[in-house]
Amino acid sequence: MNFDKELNARGLSCPLPIVKTKKSLADMTTGQVLRVVATDVGSIKDMQAFADQTGNTLLSSTEENGEYIFFMQKK
Amino acid sequence: MTTKKLAIIATKGTLDMAYPPFILASTAAALGYDVQIFFTFYGLQLLRKDLSDVMISPLANPAMPMPIPMPVMVQMLPGMESMATMMMKQKLKKHGVASLEELRDLCLEADVKFIACQMTVDLFEFDKSEFIENVEYGGAAMFFGFAGETDICLFV
Repeated sequence: MNFDKELNARGLSCPLPIVKTKKSLADMTTGQVLRVVATDVGSIKDMQAFADQTGNTLLSSTEENGEYIFFMQKK
Repeated sequence: MTTKKLAIIATKGTLDMAYPPFILASTAAALGYDVQIFFTFYGLQLLRKDLSDVMISPLANPAMPMPIPMPVMVQMLPGMESMATMMMKQKLKKHGVASLEELRDLCLEADVKFIACQMTVDLFEFDKSEFIENVEYGGAAMFFGFAGETDICLFV
């Protein structure tokens, strides 16, 4: 999947992946896609909850080799 | 969509009890909430420029996981607080949990408003110059001006 920006949230625990996702989205424009790579298992539900509550779209949420990869589209 | 609001009352000044207000406030701000934290009594210690004196005590804290069982008589020995604090900080770092300073900065960056209880400042004769600058001083009535309009209000 194509993306416009990437956030490395490896090794970070709650709430940093969410807080940094929010910060990364701040200077992006509507429709752009942010790729987030996290290792915190809690981020799977948190990223979905973040999308639900902020109106951004979680395009995909997958796991690869113990890493969680998210594609978040800015609203 | 109207902006949701969260108010937190932070009353504790120990390392373990310092985390919940900053974690919840920074998360809520990331979710688009308008957030205020009212720091009162020992919670005021969390507004100091230097947070190195914020410690955790194993004493009267039986729920704190210990690497080895430790009788209360041992927990009260000099240096135990510093040791427990050092070990807790190491553990937090190892698990990628942000430091208090970092979480506090993230709150401020996200426009979380900090209110310090003026009465407690006077009561304990705290020196305001030891606190960070992004703090507004006020009383309970001022805080309720915001708290009364919130969706969530938490006492920590």
